[in-house]
Amino acid sequence: MVLELQKPRPIWQIMFSTHHTDVGLMYLITSLIFLFMGGALALAIRAELFLPGSQIIADSMTFNRMFTVHGTTLIFLFLLPFASAVGNYFVPIMVRYKDMAYPKLNAIAFWMIPPAAALIWLGFADFTWYANPPYSIISAPGPAADMWIFGLKILGISSVLGAINFIVTILKCKHPDMSMGQIPLLAWSFLTSSLIVLVAIPTFAAALFFFFSDRLGVSGFFNPAMGGNPIAYAHLFWFTFHPEVYVLVIPAIGMMYEIIPRFSRKPIFSHSSGIFAFVLLSMVSFSSWAHHMYATGMSFTEKTVFMIGTLAAVPASAMHVFNFIATMWNGRIKFATPMMWAVGGIALFFSAGAGGVVNAAMPLDFQTHDSYWVVGHFHLFVMGTIAFGSIGFLYYLFPYVTGRMYNERCQEESMIILQSQNGLL
Amino acid sequence: MGHHSNWPEWIYIGVVIALMVWVGSEAWNAERLVEHIPADAEVIKVTGQQWFWSFEHEDGTKEIGELHVKVGKAYKFEITSKDVNHSFNIHDYVVLLDAVPGRINTVWFAPKEVGEHDIQCREYCGLIHYNMRGKLIIEEADTTS
Ligand code: HEM
Ligand SMILES: [Cu+2]
Ligand SMILES: [Cu+2]
Repeated sequence: MVLELQKPRPIWQIMFSTHHTDVGLMYLITSLIFLFMGGALALAIRAELFLPGSQIIADSMTFNRMFTVHGTTLIFLFLLPFASAVGNYFVPIMVRYKDMAYPKLNAIAFWMIPPAAALIWLGFADFTWYANPPYSIISAPGPAADMWIFGLKILGISSVLGAINFIVTILKCKHPDMSMGQIPLLAWSFLTSSLIVLVAIPTFAAALFFFFSDRLGVSGFFNPAMGGNPIAYAHLFWFTFHPEVYVLVIPAIGMMYEIIPRFSRKPIFSHSSGIFAFVLLSMVSFSSWAHHMYATGMSFTEKTVFMIGTLAAVPASAMHVFNFIATMWNGRIKFATPMMWAVGGIALFFSAGAGGVVNAAMPLDFQTHDSYWVVGHFHLFVMGTIAFGSIGFLYYLFPYVTGRMYNERCQEESMIILQSQNGLL
Repeated sequence: MGHHSNWPEWIYIGVVIALMVWVGSEAWNAERLVEHIPADAEVIKVTGQQWFWSFEHEDGTKEIGELHVKVGKAYKFEITSKDVNHSFNIHDYVVLLDAVPGRINTVWFAPKEVGEHDIQCREYCGLIHYNMRGKLIIEEADTTS
C-alpha cells in the first residue's frame, strides 16, 4: 500500500485482485462502510429514545426494523469483515507464505458479502438479530424476513470459506522452519477462531433452512401450530452464536498481543500461555450456549449445567488479561495511540466479563435477562474490547501501510470520548 | 518464553477459579431456594397473545390486562402463549419467564405489600410489543373467608 499512494492503481485492479493484501483492503473498506451505516442507525435509535413516546421515527415497525438491521450489520458486516481484513493482511505474512492458501476462494468469500448486505439492507427485517420463532415464521412481514434469511445464509458460507482458508494457510503453508509454537499469537488467534467457525456455523445454517421452509409453510420445525418447537431454534441459534462471540473477540485479543509488547518494549510475558488460552477458549466456547435460555423454562439441572459451562470459560479469558498486565509490568510503556486503545480495551474487557458472570449466575439473570443490562454487557465487549482493539490496531497499521502519520492529539480526544461513552452505557 | 517464573500466574488462575466456584455455588443455592414452590400456592393461568395478557384464577375468574392478588398468599403462574413467544415479567418482583406457545412454564411469587406494579412483555413479539403491558394489583388479605 505504500506503493499504492506513490503510484496509484485503478480501483478495479484492487477489486478484482486475488492477492491477500488487496482482498484484505476490500474487507477493510467494506467493514468501515458498514460501521458508519450501522452506527447511523444507532444514532437514530438513541435519538428516538431520548424522550418517551414517538419523536422522529413515525411507527414502531420502522423502529423495530432499525434495531434489527443495526445489530445484524454491526456483527456480521462490521466486526467479522474487520477481523477478516486483518487476517488477510497478516496471516500469510506471519506464517511467511506468499498469499492465502486459496486466493480465488478468498476473493469469492469476500464477494459474497456485498450481495448478502444488499439483501439485509433492502429487506430491512424487524425480528431482532435473533429472529425469534414462531413470530419470525407466522407473523414477521415478508419479503424482508426471507431476504434476511438468505443474507445470513450467504454470510455463513462466506465465513466458512474464509475459515477454511485461514486454517489451511496456517497449518499447511507456514514456513517449514517455523514450529507451531513460533507462530505469532495474532495468527494463532485466527487459527482458533476459524476452528470455532467450522464447528459452530453449520447448526445455524441448518436452522436457517428449517426456518425458511417453515415460512413457506411446507414444514413446521419451529412452529408449534404444526407440532414444532421454537425452543429447538433457540438451541440451534445459540449453539452457533455463543461460540461466535469468541470468533469476534479472539482476533481482537490477537491484535492486542501485537500492540501491547511493542509499546511496552518487552516481549510477551508468556507466548505459550497465550496459545494455551486461545485453544482453551475455543473449546469452552461450546460449553455455555444455553445461558441465553434460562428464561425459556429450562429445568434447574439444565440451568446448572450451562451456568457451570459459562463460568468455566472465565479462567481462559482471565489468562489473557494476566498476560497483558504481566507484559506491561516493568515495561517502558509508551502511551502512543494504539497502546491507549489497547489498554482501554482491556479495562473494558474486564468490566464486560464481570457483567457476563452476573448474567451467568442463574438467579441474577432473571433480573438482567432481556434488559438494558444485557445490551450493556455485550456492547462493552463489541464496542469496548473488540472495537477498541480493532481501532488501536488500525492506528498501529496506519503508518506501516501508508507511510504517513495520523494526528496524535485528535485521536487521543476521540479515544477519551469513546471510553467515557462506554462507561455511560 | 521460559525465562520468567510462573507462580504469579498460577496463583492468579487459582484465585479466578476459586471466585468462579464461589459465584457458581452461591448462585446454585439461591436458585434452588427460589425455585422451591410452596405446596399451598394458588395457580394462576397466564396467557400471552399479541398484544395483551389474560389471567385465569383457580376459581375460574378471568381477567384481561389486570391481575388482582392478595397479600400473604403464594401464587404459581402457569404461563403460555396463544401465538408467538412473549415473556411474562413483573419487574418489581423479579418474576420473568417466557410465554411459549405449546408449552407451560411455571414460576411462583408471594406479594408482600398492598400496591400496584407493572406487568410487561419482555420478549419482542411484533408491532405493539412495546405496549404489551398489564397491571398487578395487590390487595389487602381477605378476612371474611
Ligand atoms: C467475548 C465477548 C463476548 C461477546 C461479544 C458477548 C456477546 C453477547 C451478546 C451479543 C449477548 C446477548 C445476546 C442477545 O440476547 O441478543 C450476550 C449475552 C450473554 N453473555 Fe455474553 N458476550 C461475550 C462474553 C461473555 C462472557 C465472558 C460471559 C460470561 C462469563 C458472557 C455471558 C453472557 C450471558 C450469561 C448472556 C445472557 C444474558 C441474558 O440474555 O440474560 N458473555 N453476550
Ligand atoms: Cu453467550
Ligand atoms: Cu412482546
